Amino acid sequence: MIKVEKMKILSQKEIAEYIYELELQGPLVDEISMPGQFVHIKVKKANDPLLRRPISISSYDKNKQTMTLIYRATGAGTIELAQQTGDLNVMGPLGSGFPVEDVKGETAVLIGGGIGVPPLYECSKQLKARGKKVIHILGFESAEAVFYEDKFKALGPVYITTADGSYGTKGFVTDAAAQFNIKADIFYACGPVPMLNAVEKLFDKIPGYISMEQRMGCGIGACLACVCAVNGPELYKKVCTDGPVFPKGELVYG
Amino acid sequence: MDKLRISLPGLELKNPIMPASGCFGFGREYSQFYDLSLLGSIMVKATTLEQRLGNPVPRVAETSSGMLNAIGLQNPGLEKVMNTELPWLSQYDLPVIANVAGSMVEDYVEVAKNISRAENVHALELNISCPNVKEGGIAFGTDPEVAKELTAKVKAVSDVPVYVKLSPNVADIKEMALAVEAGGADGLTMINTLVGMRLDHRTGKPVIANKTGGLSGPAIKPVALRMVYEVSQVTNLPIIAMGGISSAWDVIDFISAGASAAAVGTANFVNPFVCKEIIEELQAILDELEVEHIHDLKGRSWKVGETANYRA
Ligand SMILES: Cc1cc2nc3c(=O)[nH]c(=O)nc-3n(C[C@H](O)[C@H](O)[C@H](O)COP(=O)(O)OP(=O)(O)OC[C@H]3O[C@@H](n4cnc5c(N)ncnc54)[C@H](O)[C@@H]3O)c2cc1C
Ligand SMILES: Cc1cc2nc3c(=O)[nH]c(=O)nc-3n(C[C@H](O)[C@H](O)[C@H](O)COP(=O)(O)O)c2cc1C
Ligand code: FES
Repeated sequence: MIKVEKMKILSQKEIAEYIYELELQGPLVDEISMPGQFVHIKVKKANDPLLRRPISISSYDKNKQTMTLIYRATGAGTIELAQQTGDLNVMGPLGSGFPVEDVKGETAVLIGGGIGVPPLYECSKQLKARGKKVIHILGFESAEAVFYEDKFKALGPVYITTADGSYGTKGFVTDAAAQFNIKADIFYACGPVPMLNAVEKLFDKIPGYISMEQRMGCGIGACLACVCAVNGPELYKKVCTDGPVFPKGELVYG
Repeated sequence: MDKLRISLPGLELKNPIMPASGCFGFGREYSQFYDLSLLGSIMVKATTLEQRLGNPVPRVAETSSGMLNAIGLQNPGLEKVMNTELPWLSQYDLPVIANVAGSMVEDYVEVAKNISRAENVHALELNISCPNVKEGGIAFGTDPEVAKELTAKVKAVSDVPVYVKLSPNVADIKEMALAVEAGGADGLTMINTLVGMRLDHRTGKPVIANKTGGLSGPAIKPVALRMVYEVSQVTNLPIIAMGGISSAWDVIDFISAGASAAAVGTANFVNPFVCKEIIEELQAILDELEVEHIHDLKGRSWKVGETANYRA
């Protein structure tokens, strides 16, 4: 069930350049059903910024009723969000996430770009808990933007790439995947659309899931703002309710 | 709830509050949050003869206290709306206002004829003002003669009263109101969105794929209010007002400006419970103002000698 709730802000801190980690607590967490779902946040009670902001759930703990979000604060709404203390107006959980049950094969590769990295963390934890080997390829702009390297390392190998070469391998995540000859039975990816397209091409022999981003209005399927082009008779699907996670091969790029 | 009960052509409503077209789909999504029977009515998403896929993305952009949209009338088409969406809505005690759109006169007529026969459709809202479709759409909403003729043709085939949705993107909205009144309209709904745009600072290019979009939300309320104020003084048609409504006081403003009922659009995205909350708050405000019936406030912004009656 989707809730709209005042969640308690337990902590909020900057963990890399412009990147904030926000820990929230409340009964909304009970409703989370899989990694990769997102919440829609009203950053403050005012007409400006008006719309809610979609942010992925990076990890959650049902026992403590807590969840962690990681976001980049560079626009009007997210800068405002970074200043909030006390309570936060959150709607969620929304969308369908990364399937982690009944995954065939032993090894999963998780590929994230920038603010696409956060939802992969819970996904990786849950795959690992189900006995899978997890390999991570995480791409960032520069050394200053890198976050969660150690947390992912605790689960499995991590390859970091930076666009400017200031840390890890210089280039894109797909460059690193090819360079290190990464082999896996399934992939999970979240990041900018060109990256998702490149990942689908590189891992064309194995099944996989990708998480999409789109500008949103309602976040619940009513306004038809967030559509993306898909193969098949419908032609369009809604990122907020049909996604944000889609099986490989479903999206039409370009 | 007698203070809120109202009667308009085709519409006997528990209260004057309804979600605006395109901002509430066909109700399914919001039915997760509250019982839709609480609403006065529901203005469902624009329906066209054939399925429409809508515009490329991005389709929305945020602006100061508002948003731009260019959805492009995406909808499943008349047949699916008749066979699936309207029957689903009939489980609620909820008169439906069907929003009718098209790109040619024949399309409007065909959709109006069929959809007006659906059991739970109590009125039509003729969408002659969508700014986001290339052909037709807005031309119907900006040329008084064209609007009058279209209204008359739709009126001739409709089984239920016809409300015409006016565009604010005109030099004189009063002229449009009078034209559709002459064409036989039973009521007006206003306003649709204002054409606007937003550029990406870095690239200098429009953020919305359609380049321009329709502005909605609190930013447009002063414009909508002024238009209702002007139009309500020159026509006898009842007005269902919309444009930036997000609270019960906003509704009171529009009623004071001369509207008979109010619709809520963009605010549903911000707070999915907003319509329900407004209905509850309205009741309390009317009690506080010691008003017998919400329509006692109707047009008090321009009616001579009536402002002093209430302490608002
Ligand atoms: C399903 C989903 C999950 C996401 N998860 C995360 C996450 O975990 N961490 C994170 O940092 N970001 C995430 N994003 C992107 C995040 O929503 C945007 O960065 C954020 O909305 C930008 O808001 P702003 O106030 O900073 O920017 P502004 O420029 O002020 O935003 C203006 C408008 O554009 C929208 N917008 C701008 N950029 C994006 C974008 N990339 N995607 C969607 N809408 C956008 C905003 O929501 C707002 O409506 C996610 C997006 C989606 C759709
Ligand atoms: C995303 C979106 C979709 C809309 N779709 C329609 C539509 O299909 N038909 C229509 O007549 N108006 C449509 N509108 C206009 C609204 O019904 C309303 O007239 C307008 O948004 C002003 O009200 P608001 O400020 O409360 O949103 C749409 C508005 C938005 C924001
Ligand atoms: S954001 Fe409204 S349909 Fe997806």
